[in-house]
Amino acid sequence: MSHDNNNDEVEDKLYGLLAEYESPGALIEAARAVRKAGYTKFDCYSPFPVHGIDPAMGIKPTILPVITFTAGCIGLIAAFFMQTWMNNWTYPWNIAGKPLISLPMQIPIMFELTVLLAAFGTFFGMWGLNKLPQMWHPLFSSDRFLTASSRGFFLAIEAEDPKFDEDATAALLEEAGATEMETIRYKTSKAIRAIPGGIKVFMIISACLALVPFAYIAKKRASKSDKPHMHIIPNMDFQTKNKPQTASDIFDDGRASRLPVSGTVARGELKEDDHLYRGKMNGQWATKFPESIVLNAETMSRGENRFAIYCSPCHGLTGDGTGMINQRADKIGAAATGWVAPSNITQDTFAKQPHGQLFNTITHGARTMPGYSAQIKEKDRWAIVFYLRALQRSAHSTVDDVPPGAQPPR
Amino acid sequence: MTSEEKHKQEVADAREYFKGITDTVCGVVEAKEHPTWWLIALAAAISVLGLLVISLYMLFTQGVGIWGNNNGEAWAWPIVNFVFWVGIGHAGTLISAVLFLMRQKWRTSINRAAEAMTIFAVMCAGLFPVIHTGRPWLAYWLMPIPGDMGLWPQFRSPLAWDVFAVSTYATVSILFWYMGLVPDFATLRDRTKSKVKHTIYGMLSLGWRGSARAWHRYERAYLIMAALATPLVFSVHSIVSFDFAVGQLPGWHTTIFPPYFVAGAVFSGFAMVLTLMIPARKLFKMEHIITDLHVENMTKVILATGSMVGFAYAIEFFIAWYSGNAYEGFTFKNRAFGPFAWAYWTMIFCNVVVPQFFWFKKVRTNVFIIFGLCLLVNVGMWFERFVIIVTSLSRTFMPGSWHYYSPTLFDATTFLGSFGLFFTLFLLFLRFMPMIAMFEVKGASHHAHAGVKHH
Repeated sequence: MSHDNNNDEVEDKLYGLLAEYESPGALIEAARAVRKAGYTKFDCYSPFPVHGIDPAMGIKPTILPVITFTAGCIGLIAAFFMQTWMNNWTYPWNIAGKPLISLPMQIPIMFELTVLLAAFGTFFGMWGLNKLPQMWHPLFSSDRFLTASSRGFFLAIEAEDPKFDEDATAALLEEAGATEMETIRYKTSKAIRAIPGGIKVFMIISACLALVPFAYIAKKRASKSDKPHMHIIPNMDFQTKNKPQTASDIFDDGRASRLPVSGTVARGELKEDDHLYRGKMNGQWATKFPESIVLNAETMSRGENRFAIYCSPCHGLTGDGTGMINQRADKIGAAATGWVAPSNITQDTFAKQPHGQLFNTITHGARTMPGYSAQIKEKDRWAIVFYLRALQRSAHSTVDDVPPGAQPPR
Repeated sequence: MTSEEKHKQEVADAREYFKGITDTVCGVVEAKEHPTWWLIALAAAISVLGLLVISLYMLFTQGVGIWGNNNGEAWAWPIVNFVFWVGIGHAGTLISAVLFLMRQKWRTSINRAAEAMTIFAVMCAGLFPVIHTGRPWLAYWLMPIPGDMGLWPQFRSPLAWDVFAVSTYATVSILFWYMGLVPDFATLRDRTKSKVKHTIYGMLSLGWRGSARAWHRYERAYLIMAALATPLVFSVHSIVSFDFAVGQLPGWHTTIFPPYFVAGAVFSGFAMVLTLMIPARKLFKMEHIITDLHVENMTKVILATGSMVGFAYAIEFFIAWYSGNAYEGFTFKNRAFGPFAWAYWTMIFCNVVVPQFFWFKKVRTNVFIIFGLCLLVNVGMWFERFVIIVTSLSRTFMPGSWHYYSPTLFDATTFLGSFGLFFTLFLLFLRFMPMIAMFEVKGASHHAHAGVKHH
């Protein structure tokens, strides 16, 4: 062997002996004889599986079924956990109150994935155990061997077998009824075993082309654009229709949205009753509650509830203007930047105001207080006024106001 | 003749037989000239495939409104076609797997072509639910793929089961088919003189050498794959039938559906195999491999499964009456005597009456009559799915939404076009792949035991 890095260095190596037999029966007999003579590294080749050759050659049953079984079990378990995880853990999906983890609904997919993985295990396991794909093999250098896939029956003994001896082995094969005999030699040259040039070029080009989409995505991710996103499939994102707040050529006023005809009133929005809706009687602030507001404990507790939600954050739960927003404003010194403290609405000024005026303040706001007409319905606004009267009354109460039986000891 | 001479004769016959099979089957693939009939047939098939392409273009640009599908009949033709094609596919697996497990050696002549038919039919079947969604570019939503929406398939739905069943079926069918092709690709590789073909067949055959140790594992793998494919094929059409049976619609919500659908699938599939193989064996001069016996055996399967289907129709009607369920009763009366009665009686004639002719040996041995009857069975089985889907949906619980369903031109062109896809693929298969499993035919013949001494 030379010491320069010449890849075309060729060395002839002996692979073994190849013998052809005339029939499946003759092949079985030859295999039996070769095995009896103590050879281990030999194999038979036939265009179809010859039945009866396994015991003659001493082939042990394959472990393939174990691979199949294992893969099938993996499929079964994976299917269970996949469905449980997807429908019950990461995104619990309540269908008609059925139990989240139930087996019957999972059976079809568990079965399918068991079969799928078992089939993968069998298919790939079989090729793996057979050490295929293997594109190059010394036997392919024999032209005679090429009939092994259509009509020939062959037996090959490898030179690596400890009992191999070119003459003695040949004699054995001859004696077993070989019709033809051939010594298989092969070249160790890398050039012979190399992938053909055309395929190499094809692989390199396709590998480069495969990188193009990734390179494109990487470039797009790293760069900025003021254009809208690319829509390969528009999914009805762009439609020839008018949207609110957009311009339109169709109408004179250039708006896409149409205004209602003047004087249009929505259903239930007429609000004729001045007293109920605006707190006024004959143009003056109402001093009485509207007739539809029933003054009872239920309205009182409704008012208390609404007051707690909408009023107390600023005015405080007792109405004295010390709500938590005000406390916070004091804490951060907001008065310096124009914070107007909420009023103590239990003061006399407010206690003397007519019901209608208080109602109007809730509706439209006062000073920096916004109007609450959008959040609180009229009936609830009246309920708040009702509750506020109670707050004002209790703020100015004395011990004498407490019922006689419940007074604390003096 | 002495026993020595007898032995010699036996061996010589076997060698001649192996060579003959190889030459016949490989000859089709290796022929330099395309047969004229093949070119004509391929041109026709590709034209029809073009119809599919046009229909799909129209569908993707215009939306599902181009079909006759409507509020009531949301499923209509696309799902009819899906079930029709899946059913066709099942015969291939039945021939390759179930008959293999039953040691029916006659299957070896037809299993390769039948498996190819399965794969192409499943491809046509898979097309329809995907395009029926209206937005096929979002078809990957059917699969449990993690996405930023955090949404997963709803595994209580039979439609989700269907996705798994049909895709598993397609995958396993392709693996099984390819596994069977590998030794035959090796044969083609070893026979070719062309360097390009040698490379292509070399890669496809994975370097297969036909070693006895490899054959041992191969045969075991083949047996296991057959044992896996057998329950699989039954599960697939059962799950397809769940799409209907789990729905609470009169005419669909019945427990008989899984076995009834499986029998129907085998019935239609065998009819399709015969429709394809009767002309193919004649045109490729393979009558000595796919013999009259094979054809006759298949007509017997059609007779048996056709009778099962007829029995299922009768049971459905009986249960509609016996259950005392007024809605179920109405649906069946409506099927037989309502506005779609013409479809129902077409189905009954093609699926129940037609196969009964196969009781007669004279019919079973006349390929022309068989071919005609098989075409009728194919028509009948399409109508079966039409009757189930459309008659049930067009008259549901609310009489206000009753409606006479009519398809559009695009319904018809899409369905016709799927035949173009199927036949294009099948014709390419016939010409460029070994259409008969050579190693299986050789291994199953009595010549495979030539020269074996009986100790």
